[in-house]
Amino acid sequence: MNEIVPVVEMTGIAIGFPGVKALDGVDFRLFQGEVHALMGENGAGKSTLIKALTGVYTIDSGTITVLGERKSFTTPAESQAAGISTVYQEVNLCPNLTVEENIMLGREPRRGGKTGRGSIDWKAVRSRTREVLAGLHLDHVEPNSLLASHSIAVQQLIAIARSVEINAKVLILDEPTSSLDAEEVAQLFRVIRELRDKGVAILFVSHFLEQVYEISDRMTVLRNGKLVGEYMTRELSRMSLISKMIGKDMEALAELDNGPAKERTAADASAMPFIEAVGLGRKGSVSGIDLAINPGEVVGLAGLLGAGRTEIARLFFGADKADEGHLKVKGIQEKIRSPRTAIDKRIAFCSEDRKQEGLIGDLSVRDNLILAMQASKGWMRRVPRRVQDELVTEYIEALDIRPANPDALIKNLSGGNQQKVLLARWLVTEPGLLILDEPTRGIDIGAKTQIQKLVNQLAAKGMSILFISSELEEVLRVSDRIAIIKDREKLAEIHNNGVSVEDVMSVIAGGTQ
Amino acid sequence: MKSNAVKDLLKHRLAWPVLALAALLLLNQIFRPDFLALRMQDGHLYGSLIDIMRNGAPTILIALGMTLVIATRGIDLSVGAVVAIAGAASCAYIAASPEPASPSTAAVAVLVAVAAALLLGAWNGFLVSTIGVQPIIATLVLMTAGRGIAQLITGGQIISVSNDHYKAIGAGYLFTLPVSILVTAAVFVATAVLTRRTALGTLIEAVGINPVASRLAGLRSRNIIWIVYVFSAVCAAIAGLMISSNVTAADANNAGLYIEMDAILAVVIGGTSLAGGRYTLVGTVVGAFIIQTLTTTVYTLGIPPEVTLVFKALVVIIVCLLQAPKARKLLGSFRPARQVVVKETPKEKVAA
Repeated sequence: MNEIVPVVEMTGIAIGFPGVKALDGVDFRLFQGEVHALMGENGAGKSTLIKALTGVYTIDSGTITVLGERKSFTTPAESQAAGISTVYQEVNLCPNLTVEENIMLGREPRRGGKTGRGSIDWKAVRSRTREVLAGLHLDHVEPNSLLASHSIAVQQLIAIARSVEINAKVLILDEPTSSLDAEEVAQLFRVIRELRDKGVAILFVSHFLEQVYEISDRMTVLRNGKLVGEYMTRELSRMSLISKMIGKDMEALAELDNGPAKERTAADASAMPFIEAVGLGRKGSVSGIDLAINPGEVVGLAGLLGAGRTEIARLFFGADKADEGHLKVKGIQEKIRSPRTAIDKRIAFCSEDRKQEGLIGDLSVRDNLILAMQASKGWMRRVPRRVQDELVTEYIEALDIRPANPDALIKNLSGGNQQKVLLARWLVTEPGLLILDEPTRGIDIGAKTQIQKLVNQLAAKGMSILFISSELEEVLRVSDRIAIIKDREKLAEIHNNGVSVEDVMSVIAGGTQ
Repeated sequence: MKSNAVKDLLKHRLAWPVLALAALLLLNQIFRPDFLALRMQDGHLYGSLIDIMRNGAPTILIALGMTLVIATRGIDLSVGAVVAIAGAASCAYIAASPEPASPSTAAVAVLVAVAAALLLGAWNGFLVSTIGVQPIIATLVLMTAGRGIAQLITGGQIISVSNDHYKAIGAGYLFTLPVSILVTAAVFVATAVLTRRTALGTLIEAVGINPVASRLAGLRSRNIIWIVYVFSAVCAAIAGLMISSNVTAADANNAGLYIEMDAILAVVIGGTSLAGGRYTLVGTVVGAFIIQTLTTTVYTLGIPPEVTLVFKALVVIIVCLLQAPKARKLLGSFRPARQVVVKETPKEKVAA
């Protein structure tokens, strides 16, 4: 028995969704004045555990104790009242309200004494806001400026300021660093450490291993909705953490480190490109893009966020109409006016925005997987059930989609598995060009390797692939050729024969090759 | 175990609408012991159930079309006006034809009404899918203008016709049953087959759930939206034929007045969300029956006319509440506490 009582103690937590067991008998403890990292792959149950603690989900079984008191949360408000505060990846404040309104919303000091029901005392609001902001080194932020006028990093700190204001005992940070740069991360970590030293218990969730090692004192590892164990961060090596997270031996990891060997031979340069863009562009988007992709070739798009990578992909797919230049498919000039015409020309596009642009949430894995194929056949010619079953079974097995239940609603799957279903949606259409926009974003290491391997296999079979990723290492690992995009134009194109990340970075930074 | 089966049954999306309908019928049976009885007279089947089905037929028809429209995140307010136009067009044709009593005149009149509906539905579909007008506004145009068109056709008069073949649509009998019930059943089966045997149903749902993702998956959502609005208008036209044939007259002002509201209500009571997506045709039919049975119940119970609307509203509120996730959760919390799952000791598994 510990002499110190945990701030939060969860035991035997179980939560199930139709067709999916999200959490199964998970224990979790959080102590005062520690930064505790919750680790696991996508679908391991991290988000579910957080949502159980914050009252978004009601637990099926198990107990939650906060400060020694047994709680059963059924709404987020109950959890907040118990002193648990959450800052999500996407800041959930009101962008069109001011900073002070956001921080004090619902608890504004009022005139007319302690039980005052009078009008809001804006002076008090302002001074209190300044106090809180100063505590987080945000003195430069004006309390009456609009929240939206600040960077995401500052907005995140303001969200934390709100939890400080309500005197939260527990602060949950869900992927707080995913859209911050290095300096902003450092600033965030400083604030986290100060809060920790003041005795706040902090639950930290992140995909960035290095950051977890930098900031956390202890970690709890989940896998497939079950508890793997609780460890002190300094006693657990990175390698053993990863192997605990994915439940696999070092072999697979070693493979990841070296990158999947490019087994295929280099694409035949003399062959006719499957697709070729000539001076392709669109007003307000990218311009003058020349890019050819041969059959069996993987071309990577490298560039900073917002450089125009996704825009290029959308022009290739007809999701946006090009207003300058043209596309040639197998040497023939084609007008790609809509996704539908692109699909008819055997072009497929896996969007970076799974939720908005990929998933049909309320439909089953089966219906989602078959959708593009069905759409191109038209509504009258339904893909026969037998064919559906064959395809769905085949891809569930080939891509290791879990749960292996074709009738589970896709919204109940984890991010990585959703991504695999969307990939399968395009693979069943047997495309000549597959455009992958951030196919591994927000998914775990295991699924990531699987997808990278798959890209190699598909190219080996003669498919052309346009691969977009923010992770340069990944682009270098899978691509034969890399087109470097900067400021909405193609800056350079390099063959990937032992090019390093630094080489690419210097091209982007230098502006010339 | 048994209670589990019951619980699973109650979780079914159709459970509460069906229960509500059963309860209403039972209530009637208690007050009028011969309520559920059917009897044969002159080779025709009679009884309250038959009346409910016959009187509810136009609402069911329109609600079927409305279900598909709503599944695409749309709504069709113009169905009442289409009812009026269909009745007006067919009656005007019959009245003006040289042989107003012949079967071929009746047949052409039906075709005229359906053709008008195709045109009107295509107009709605055009506004919604091509121009991108919000469905509620787009169909409001025809809802208002449609009555005017109907009045133009009838010249502001009520046109009476005497054509026995035409009359048969709304008031005739075939195989002991009213023709209107048979027509409605046929449309229901056709709709179910059309949407579930083909991929249309899934694609309609996909467009309703996530239009952006559907477009990127290559769906021609424009076509799908056209189809549902045209289908809705055709359903309304058939209902319009029934209504005008039943009274052998076209009343541009009152035919199908407020029927769009009953139809939308039937869809919602049946369990299809106004937010679009998953739909249930059976639920819609049950919903329409509930609305029609309510009207009958009011007479059975002898509720004074001034209280009728309040009574109707109460039943509708109860059914809607029973379907709301929050209310269901509340009901669910009365169940006995589940056993705590035996905790498994976490094991390290080494994958092959």
